[in-house]
Amino acid sequence: MNNKDFPLMFERSKEGRTSYSLPELDIPDFDLDTEIESNYIRTTPADLPEVSELDIMRHYTGLSNRNYGVDSGFYPLGSCTMKYNPKMNEDVARFDGFSHIHPYQETESVQGAMEMMYDLQSSLKEITGMHEVSLQSAAGAHGEWTALMMIRAFHEANGDMNRTNVIVPDSAHGTNPASATVAGFKAITVKTNENGLVDLDDLKRVVDEKTAALMLTNPNTLGLFETEIIEMAEIIHEAGGKLYYDGANLNAIMGYARPGDMGFDAVHLNLHKTFTGPHGGGGPGSGPVGVSEELAAYLPKPLLTKKEEKYVFDYDRPSSIGRVKPYYGNFGINLRAYTYIRTMGAEGLKKASEYAVLNANYMMRKLQKEYDLPYDQHCKHEFVLSGKRQKKLGVRTLDIAKRLLDYGYHPPTIYFPLNVEEAMMVEPTETESKETLDAFIDSMLAIAKEVEDNPEIVQEAPHNTIVNRMDETLAARKPVLRYQK
Amino acid sequence: MEFRYLPMTESDKQEMLTTIGVDSTEELFADIPEQIRFRGNLNLKKPANEAQLKKELADMANKNVNLKTHASFLGAGVYDHYIPSVVDHVISRSEFYTAYTPYQPEISQGELQAIFEFQTMISELTGLPVANSSMYDGGTSLAEAVNLSAAHTKRKKILVSKAVHPESRAVIETYARGPELEIVEIDCENGYTNLQQLAEAIDEHTASVVVQYPNFFGQIEPLEKINELVKSQTKTMLITSSNPLSLGYLTPPGEFGADIVVGDTQVFGIPAQFGGPHCGYFATTNKLMRKVPGRLVGQTVDEDGVRGFVLTLQAREQHIRRDKATSNICSNQALNALASSVAMSSIGKHGLRKMAVLNMKKARYMKQRLKEAGLRVVHEGTFFNELVVDLGSNVSEINKQLLNKGFIGGYDLGQNYPELKNHMLIAVTESRTKEEIDIFVKELGDLHE
Repeated sequence: MNNKDFPLMFERSKEGRTSYSLPELDIPDFDLDTEIESNYIRTTPADLPEVSELDIMRHYTGLSNRNYGVDSGFYPLGSCTMKYNPKMNEDVARFDGFSHIHPYQETESVQGAMEMMYDLQSSLKEITGMHEVSLQSAAGAHGEWTALMMIRAFHEANGDMNRTNVIVPDSAHGTNPASATVAGFKAITVKTNENGLVDLDDLKRVVDEKTAALMLTNPNTLGLFETEIIEMAEIIHEAGGKLYYDGANLNAIMGYARPGDMGFDAVHLNLHKTFTGPHGGGGPGSGPVGVSEELAAYLPKPLLTKKEEKYVFDYDRPSSIGRVKPYYGNFGINLRAYTYIRTMGAEGLKKASEYAVLNANYMMRKLQKEYDLPYDQHCKHEFVLSGKRQKKLGVRTLDIAKRLLDYGYHPPTIYFPLNVEEAMMVEPTETESKETLDAFIDSMLAIAKEVEDNPEIVQEAPHNTIVNRMDETLAARKPVLRYQK
Repeated sequence: MEFRYLPMTESDKQEMLTTIGVDSTEELFADIPEQIRFRGNLNLKKPANEAQLKKELADMANKNVNLKTHASFLGAGVYDHYIPSVVDHVISRSEFYTAYTPYQPEISQGELQAIFEFQTMISELTGLPVANSSMYDGGTSLAEAVNLSAAHTKRKKILVSKAVHPESRAVIETYARGPELEIVEIDCENGYTNLQQLAEAIDEHTASVVVQYPNFFGQIEPLEKINELVKSQTKTMLITSSNPLSLGYLTPPGEFGADIVVGDTQVFGIPAQFGGPHCGYFATTNKLMRKVPGRLVGQTVDEDGVRGFVLTLQAREQHIRRDKATSNICSNQALNALASSVAMSSIGKHGLRKMAVLNMKKARYMKQRLKEAGLRVVHEGTFFNELVVDLGSNVSEINKQLLNKGFIGGYDLGQNYPELKNHMLIAVTESRTKEEIDIFVKELGDLHE
């Protein structure tokens, strides 16, 4: 073990040390070992750590110090909406009456929880302009797939069995084509034009009687609003397809425009992005799905509804695609989103989008002096720079990202979207102050200067982190996926 | 109106607008066609201040009967177990919960190492060498396992025991529609999967056989025999869904030859929270390592040879492979996997077996008391911490009355199994005391017909 290594929990383990506190056996004893056939009794115990409670706290406190969250500093990770996670949400999610309720309790004993869910559904319907919402999907990609399964069921119910294609822009998140495949469709790519928008001519070219749906993020992953959305909706609808809205970028338009009004038939939202459910180091998320009236019958079941002043789970939905998840969705994350929406209201949500867009445009204009801006127009909540200029000097976008670590920041999303060379995708969010934005801008400009004057310092970055660049090839070639003694 | 999450001042805004070269933020939205511009006000409840909203939400929470106010005998996939205090203290550290997926390893070693440790613990529990960083929940993890088995074997037929959780089966059915798999359900007999029917159904088109161990009725399926039946066909895979706590006492499915073991770690440090978020796990063999859905963390070294961790084998994943990815999953349940890792560390090597044994013994005490009270416990086989009792009258009605007596009663099996109308699935965890069991049995005895 190297001096700089941080021990694994297993390396802290010592035979005989404990930190559990289990109840005593308060009933007459039973002899399990004679009751259970011997080959069903585990012979070697699962080798979990044997550590004290203080060991646990030191270990995880140490690990947390080797991690970086929004509370640690600025996190302009494009497409991920790393906004502040309100502390009140965390408190509310821990109320006993929310965190310690069982999904199979009699519904009369959980009316408060169901009221929250119903109210959240109503709020999300209003924000998106959709007819009906289900909270069952667990995350964004899960919501995408749920909606595609509904679109599939819709076409099949119409006897339209040959709609095998789902159209996805070349700038789309990887989950879009992956969800299309999992839902049994073929993903077809539509090109981006010179303005950074879906190429309408190419769309017309790929649309045909096989088109089941078009998946679209609006604003798109370049941070640009798809201004020809009405025409696109017409093209798809005329061909008999459905229009699907990936809600990854809803943070740009709350109160300014609604997917339902744009002609979308189905949407998913990322409550862990736009509505402050924390990202948790990768999850849990929540990906509710909203649909038009025409698709409502296909929503997953059960659907939470209200009947005679009582909240009920409606299982009697014969056209439903069925269950997409056990129980009723990620209630704990939905509750955090609900708390946020109630804190902000209509006015606050609109202001959030206003400032998200203002912040992005401000940064874009300040940074375009030193970095290439492939699409020079007002952006929405995020923008994409290209490191082409720096690449010519031998410094790659990856190097710039690593240098930002030395300046104390989480870097932007890099090498995405795929249609921009050496891409850097910056999303500041609305919860950052001007001082924070300015400090980040100064760092980015300083790095641009370093690239010109002293490229090695950028190429060899990071210099100040607890570990240097990792050997990822080794990790993939000789995978070590668990601790071995 | 002030909004505490929005820090820009009016003068900041003016300065920024000048930099951008516009007069108002409205100009930044001018690209949205007027026809679809939303010009009204969203019809939402008025913004509420912190104290007022907290009060309102507390009132809402207080309307719910919960596992702290009532003694619960309800399980069926979600259990009331002891949660060590350290769990919430660790997951409340905001360096963990406000972070994104660890794409930048230099500043994410904490999360990466925590996941690596989680993978190790799951591997230990299941007896399989490879475990991923987590899935949404046990049900979707099982559905992903089914899809993987079909893709790997290039076969379409899946045999699923009816003793698998009904909601997991429902999720499998929905997931199976994409790749157009044929799902064949195998009946139960005396609370176990009917092995004869299973033997007859397995053929050269069978991609996998799915069983739950212990099963939905709490019974410990004879995995050794089941694996023999499954492996009589070359390539056919055995997929097992397991409550990971039970694996503290029971022989892990991996040792019997299971190819994929999945389940939910809610039993370790995750509150019930009305069914989610919980935390799916996914474990498999070395052979299937490169087909696993979701994130995997691997050990490596940095340029100076210092040990560290990275997301690895990413060529499987949607952000690289797009439509050719092994799954569309992106988010996992990292924070809940962390909660379970803390709980597993706290319970530890010896505590785990002790906790599993406590559950088993208390469930046996429940069985004995029910019989003494003249109630019919319907299965006679070996079981973990759940059992089925025939109440002879409507379970939901009884549960409503039990609520008034301070109990959350068991699961109404008649919802999913017509032949088990009026039957209740009762779970007994280490959290239930002798006194609670005694009174619960007395109340049930009084209420049933």
